[in-house]
Amino acid sequence: MSEATLEGEKIHLWRGERHVLRGVSFRVTGGECLQLTGPNGAGKTSLLRTICGLSYPEAGAIHWRGEDVRRDLPAFHAEMAYLGHEPPLKMEFTARENLTYWIGVRRRLTRAELDQKLERVGGERWADRPVHTLSAGQKRRVALAGLLLMNVPLWLLDEPTTHLDVDGQRLVGTLLDEHLAGGGLAVAAVHHALMMSERTLRSLELGVV
Amino acid sequence: MTWTWFHRLASPPYLYRTAGRLIAWFAWPAAILIVAGLIGGLWLAPPDYQQGDAYRIIYVHAPSAWLSLMMYGVMGIAGGIGLIWRIKAAHALAASAAPIGASFALVTLVTGSLWGKPMWGTYWAWDPRLTSELFLLLLYLGYMGLRAAFEDLQRADRASAVLAVVGLVDVPIVHYSVVWWNSLHQGALVFIGRKAMPPSMLIPLMVMFLGFTLYSVAVLLMRLRAEVLNRERTARWVREEVGA
Amino acid sequence: MSEVSAWSAALPAAVPERRAAPSALAVARLMLERDLRLAFRKASQLIQPLAFFVIVTTLFPLAVTPSLPELRRIAPGVVWAAALLSSLLALEFLFRDDAQDGTLEQFALSGRALTGLLVAKTAAHWLLTGLPLALMAPIAGAALGVPQAAMPGILASVGLGTVTLSLIGAVGAALTMGLRRSGALLSLLTLPLVIPVLIFGARATQLAIKGESYSAPLLLLAALAVLATTLAPLAATAAVHINLE
Repeated sequence: MSEATLEGEKIHLWRGERHVLRGVSFRVTGGECLQLTGPNGAGKTSLLRTICGLSYPEAGAIHWRGEDVRRDLPAFHAEMAYLGHEPPLKMEFTARENLTYWIGVRRRLTRAELDQKLERVGGERWADRPVHTLSAGQKRRVALAGLLLMNVPLWLLDEPTTHLDVDGQRLVGTLLDEHLAGGGLAVAAVHHALMMSERTLRSLELGVV
Repeated sequence: MTWTWFHRLASPPYLYRTAGRLIAWFAWPAAILIVAGLIGGLWLAPPDYQQGDAYRIIYVHAPSAWLSLMMYGVMGIAGGIGLIWRIKAAHALAASAAPIGASFALVTLVTGSLWGKPMWGTYWAWDPRLTSELFLLLLYLGYMGLRAAFEDLQRADRASAVLAVVGLVDVPIVHYSVVWWNSLHQGALVFIGRKAMPPSMLIPLMVMFLGFTLYSVAVLLMRLRAEVLNRERTARWVREEVGA
Repeated sequence: MSEVSAWSAALPAAVPERRAAPSALAVARLMLERDLRLAFRKASQLIQPLAFFVIVTTLFPLAVTPSLPELRRIAPGVVWAAALLSSLLALEFLFRDDAQDGTLEQFALSGRALTGLLVAKTAAHWLLTGLPLALMAPIAGAALGVPQAAMPGILASVGLGTVTLSLIGAVGAALTMGLRRSGALLSLLTLPLVIPVLIFGARATQLAIKGESYSAPLLLLAALAVLATTLAPLAATAAVHINLE
């Protein structure tokens, strides 16, 4: 297995009649975070969804560890985590149940691990409450616990700080710094600057078409 | 992936022009054959010794039934090709075939029940072929309903293609289960028609089959052209084509 | 680069990670448990199809006649049409909720075969509607004057037939999961496809009521279930991918 790098090569994507991505290229390696900036409609979310294989680009390719991800999508998925706009949670389940099923499909979880990550995002007090009773910020924190539990090298994050207070935004920054320090990579679509170490941060500005 | 690129940008104008050139090659023979078949079937062929002149509706009914099935085949196979190889022209073809097939299914049902009135004394007698034709029409309506429900054309193409392929597997099962059902309940009711026909009746029928088939291909090509134009309406070649 | 070893370089982290992955069977069981637990949290949605089944079957004595011998004649049709519609009723929500809250997307991106997960979800749907309907059909039959000897036949045919209904219905549900107010469209897509189930199922029920052997239509129902099990999940997977795109 070669080094953890993610490359996009001249990606073109249409949404209906809109040519959303026009030849976007990028490269991220272990220890780096690429932040995607640009106004609404610039294609930040589209690019993230294209990287993780949900959208199919009309031209161009995504390479992970030097190989086209389309050649073995499940293997690529096993090494990445995608967090969309809204935390992917069942309102009827507690935070703990949500994580059990969401992450349990990928890997075996121990109770200690669950407790530890829930504590890491400050959720030990409300971990056993149904998610519909939690605030938007708390839901976002549950999603962050899921991100940690997936234990994968590549993070794809869409507006990871939405609904979070200053403490929460700082938490996202710290988690990202730790992830990168361990050799991980991240691509994040952002509106507000991430509160993280500038040293590892690079930007890709997408323009409106 | 260069293929989808190729098909997206290079193929539509080529397809549009080729289809345009081909139409006449199908339309004229179709017109001649249908006129000849109608003359042969409605005037030259002798009346049936049992059914009198009523049987003559078969010259429209049977070719329509055949084409309602064939168009489903075109739709399912084109949809499958579009799904697997992501070829947009194939999706356009599937979308063009559906209304044609649905129209033929409707014609089959109407002519079948018109025939039923003198034969069975009623317009609708749960004849197995007409019953499964009715389900075929409903499958077409479901397909077109699903297409119409999506705002995004690509999604409409791909989702309806899945349905068409599923239907392709299911249509024979539905047909034979309906035949089986009918043999249990209405064993005595016989759909008259397929006994040995004299050549004077059979030849016009064959001519009509061929004429209807060529006609459908011509209409399919016309619809395909319209579909391609609509899909490519922002492309430069369309502006040149239409503006010129 | 030396401190950057955890994810990069040669094998480390990723390989033990693979070994920690649960088996396909364990994943399917987890998914099944999830859907069942979720359904019992929303008990009202669970009861609706069954209540609907009861209402539809009671409409007929009221609309046609209370005479049991006459009802016995139409009982197979009543039971089967009601079972078909009740099974459809719950299908609309099979993938819709998970698609809306983003959990389905996460499963599609989990690196696990989506087909297996969808089969587990479909199995949950059958356990929550098909099986209860099969258990209730003989009771509804009794109310329609069906003799007791016919009960095993009704139970078996509805139980087997609803397997196919759930599987083919799952394709329809996956195709329409992103559409608003898709109930009528879902019925239009699904009902013509499941006509054979209705024909063979009603025939088995009819023979059971007459006290004759119903093994032929039951075997045909089994054949349909096998065919649907092999093909429908693939179509449902394709449909889910299309709607997540």
